Amino acid sequence: MSSEYPGSRPQDRLTHQERVRESAAGGLAAAGSSGLLDTSVESDDAYAVGEPVRSQWRLVVRRFLRHKLAVISLVILLLLGAMAVFASSISPYEFNPTLDAATLKEARQSPSWEHLAGTDKLGRDQFTRVLFALQKSLLVGLGVAFLSVVIGVIVGSLAGYYGGWVDQAMMRITDLVLVLPALAVLLILASNQNPSFFGLFDLPPATEVSGMILIIAILGWMPMARIVRGEYLSLREKEYVEAAIAAGAPARRIILRHLLPNTIGAIVVFGTLAVGLAIITEATLSFLGAGIQLPDVSLGNLISDAESTVGTDLAYLIFFPGLMLFLVVLCVNFVGDGLRDALDPRAVR
Amino acid sequence: MTDALLEVRDLKVEFKTEDGVVAAVNGVSFWVAPGETLAIVGESGSGKSVSALSVMGLIDKPGRISGGDILFAGQSLLALSERDYRRLRGGDLAMIFQDPLSSLNPAFRVGDQIAEALLTHTYEKKDAARRRAATLLADVGIPQAGDRARDYPHQFSGGMRQRAMIAMAIANKPKLLIADEPTTALDVTIQAQVLEVLQAAQQETDAAMLLITHDLGVVAGIADRVAVMYAGRIVEEGTLDEVFYESRHPYTLGLLNSLPRLDSDRSRPLRTIPGTPPSVLSLPPGCALAPRCPYVQDRCRTERPELEAVGPETHRSACFRSAELPALAAALEEVPSS
Repeated sequence: MSSEYPGSRPQDRLTHQERVRESAAGGLAAAGSSGLLDTSVESDDAYAVGEPVRSQWRLVVRRFLRHKLAVISLVILLLLGAMAVFASSISPYEFNPTLDAATLKEARQSPSWEHLAGTDKLGRDQFTRVLFALQKSLLVGLGVAFLSVVIGVIVGSLAGYYGGWVDQAMMRITDLVLVLPALAVLLILASNQNPSFFGLFDLPPATEVSGMILIIAILGWMPMARIVRGEYLSLREKEYVEAAIAAGAPARRIILRHLLPNTIGAIVVFGTLAVGLAIITEATLSFLGAGIQLPDVSLGNLISDAESTVGTDLAYLIFFPGLMLFLVVLCVNFVGDGLRDALDPRAVR
Repeated sequence: MTDALLEVRDLKVEFKTEDGVVAAVNGVSFWVAPGETLAIVGESGSGKSVSALSVMGLIDKPGRISGGDILFAGQSLLALSERDYRRLRGGDLAMIFQDPLSSLNPAFRVGDQIAEALLTHTYEKKDAARRRAATLLADVGIPQAGDRARDYPHQFSGGMRQRAMIAMAIANKPKLLIADEPTTALDVTIQAQVLEVLQAAQQETDAAMLLITHDLGVVAGIADRVAVMYAGRIVEEGTLDEVFYESRHPYTLGLLNSLPRLDSDRSRPLRTIPGTPPSVLSLPPGCALAPRCPYVQDRCRTERPELEAVGPETHRSACFRSAELPALAAALEEVPSS
């Protein structure tokens, strides 16, 4: 989007006097002078380079950077993300080592420089396990956010743009999913060993990351649909949308060019917060015994596994995955807050 | 009238509301020829904007066109499929909206928005469309158009945005240009400039222009012919000179009298039209102006005057007393208003 207007290259820079002359000559008089009728006329005059063009995104970045808490949170998240991705290179231990005598000898060690988060009853390094669990949790979070945004935007766009019976149908479906008792349905879905779509085709079971993403997203897109629909309803009344219709733009272009881009703030904020919510939901399900199962690790099943240690001297086992969960979700929400402020067009620039 | 590009015949537009069906436009006929400017004048709610939107095919529920016909280049627009209509919009039919502040999408560069209008209809290559967009911006008097094309709407002033809207409207060389209150949202100083640009653009493209406004100053500046609307009907039409200097309808006279003039006696208050426009939900049976008209007769309250010729050529007025009106108005002028 940033390119291709003539006369914007630096070598076209004119002196101030030339610029003044240029704009005096090219002012109102130009309306009558150059050929509006001649399609072949394309601007080749060199205009002076004015103020540097500041893109919307640069403004957004600048406003975001002003939000200290959000920036710190983002840095922490990126660090944790990198640690999760490169977990196997960072940690000298495996998260599921073969349980031989050497490993078992390390069991029940309190946190130390050797084992940052201590070891569990079987001698496995808890820090390593938390990192791998974080990998799964982040994957679930991002996957759910992406999928529920996609579903929500599609449903909301159709409802908000077309209105009428399409709107009615879409919103009733949304209401229907909203009134489901989420946790119960999630538990039932996640406990099903061989889920399928009404028997038509198989779905991945919730013990896999992809299955988990699918299940949580299916029950999590409704707020996005409602937000997008609401935004569209108000944007539709804007004159530039009417102007676009009056200019003969097809529905697809009005949605993609005029409505969706002006909803991007709300979408990004929802998507961010959805990451946090999905991580918590996954942890809840795993804690309740559904979802990702040991020996695969997720933050939820690590906490669940360490539940019995509460009140014993092994309580550090529940502390670290819990702390990680808390930290990630907190940071995600702060980043969401920062984005909300940064993307609000009414904010002071 | 044979060379009319746009001909609206007995147009009726209704809106269904909770209080009943509102006839916003009630049997309006007008026409515009290429290169000509027809101004439709009237106060808020007189049906002027609805008439313009009908031509663009932009009347949305709960409104509907309930009668009459709209002919564009001899073809009925009402018979068009939505798809064919969309091809006309922005191509042969272009519209400039009232509020330049909200008529541009804040999320896109101004140049890209004009390029998009080009890509919808005449251009295929993005680069060429962008270059053409910059030329169009220069044509409407945006200095350093090549750079300003890369600006976002919030970096443009109100006048520049309206210029950009004009550039967008004329991008595909429309045959008919509809300007709905194009200068209402602008400063007085900018208004004149924008009108000049609008007129220059029209002359270049030889487009017919339909100018919707309540501002008689704007009308005097650029219109060839004028149609005055009141309560969903045209009450007087004719050339600019006929309507302005030989008004044959009390409403037109009232509008003109309510304008401040440089040569008017400033110690006297401006003469306003007493009362308010009637509710379109319950129009009086006779002339809609009757309750507010200083020259009202019994007949006016029961019988509705039709639009009839009052001059040698196109001048028409819907008033029973149109013939004696100049004398009546002169007599009223003698009496100092209280």
